[in-house]
Amino acid sequence: MRRMQPGDAVKIQGDTDPDRSWIEKAKDGDFEAFEHLVSKYERRLYTLTLRILRQPEDAEEAVQETFLSILNHLGSFRGEAKFSSWLVRIATNHALKILRKRRGFKAVPLEDAGSGGEDRYGDIAPPQYIAAWKEHPGRLAQEQQLEQILAEALEQLDEKYRFVFLLRDVEGLSTEETAEVLGIGLSNVKVRLLRARLMLRERLTRIFGDEATQLFSPHFDGPH
Amino acid sequence: MECEQLLKILNEYVDGDLDPGVCEQFEKHMADCNPCQIVVDNIRRTIQIYKNDEPFELPPEFTQRLHQTLREQWKAKQGGEADS
Repeated sequence: MRRMQPGDAVKIQGDTDPDRSWIEKAKDGDFEAFEHLVSKYERRLYTLTLRILRQPEDAEEAVQETFLSILNHLGSFRGEAKFSSWLVRIATNHALKILRKRRGFKAVPLEDAGSGGEDRYGDIAPPQYIAAWKEHPGRLAQEQQLEQILAEALEQLDEKYRFVFLLRDVEGLSTEETAEVLGIGLSNVKVRLLRARLMLRERLTRIFGDEATQLFSPHFDGPH
Repeated sequence: MECEQLLKILNEYVDGDLDPGVCEQFEKHMADCNPCQIVVDNIRRTIQIYKNDEPFELPPEFTQRLHQTLREQWKAKQGGEADS
C-alpha cells in the first residue's frame, strides 16, 4: 500500500469539495460556472454579513466586495480548505473592514475597541432557566415568528459572542479558522462560543421551553 | 464530575471532541443528572435551529446589480488578460 505524501492531503480535500468542478471550470474562463457559484452562495453570505453588520446596504457592499475578491483571486485558490470556508472567511474580513470603517477605528483591531482581555471559563453564568423544549419550535411558531425570535436572540448577543457563534456553529468554520479571521486566540474562541451557546440557549428556552418540565433546583450553583 | 465542571467541557462534548475517558465520565454524570441532560439537549437544539435557518432573501435589485457588476468585471479581466 502506498504511503500518504503531504500533497495527498490537498488532493483529498479537493476531491471532497462539492464545488471543485465548478471552480475548475471558472478558472478555465467559464463565467457561467463562476456565476453558478455566486448564485449558490450569495444568500448565505448576505445572511452572514447582515448579521455582522446589521445594515442591509453595508451587507450588500460586503457581499459584492467578496465576490469581486473571489473573481480576482480565483486562480490562487488551491483547494487546501473548502471553497465555502474560503468564501466565508473573505466575506467576514470584508464585513469587519466595513465595521471598522464605520466606527472610525482605522488601524485598531475590533478586539481592542473596549472589549479586550482574555475570556475565562470562571466568569461564565450557569444556566438559569432549565426546561425541555416543547416539540420542534418550527411547529409552534409561524415561520415569520420563528425567524423573528431567532433574529432577536442573536441580536441581543454582544458582537464578540455573536461573531464566534456565526462562524463556528452556523458557518462551520473550525476553531483555528475562526481565531484567524477574527484575530483572537484559540482559547477566546472556545470560551466565547460556550458563552454564546449558553446565552442563546437561555433565551430560546424561555420561549420554547415546556414550563411543566422546568427545574428549579440550583444544580449549577454548587455540588449536589 | 459535578455540574459546574461539566459546563467547562460542554462545548467539547457537544462537538464530539472529548477524550473517550472524559466523555465516559461526562455521560456517567448525565445519566443521573436530569438538568445536565436537558441543558445539553437544549444546546444541541439551539445550534441545529440556527444551522437549519433559511438564509435571507437578497433584495432583487441588488441581485441584478451584483451579477451585472461581476459580469462586467469578468469581461474586463478576461480582456485585460487577453491583451497582456
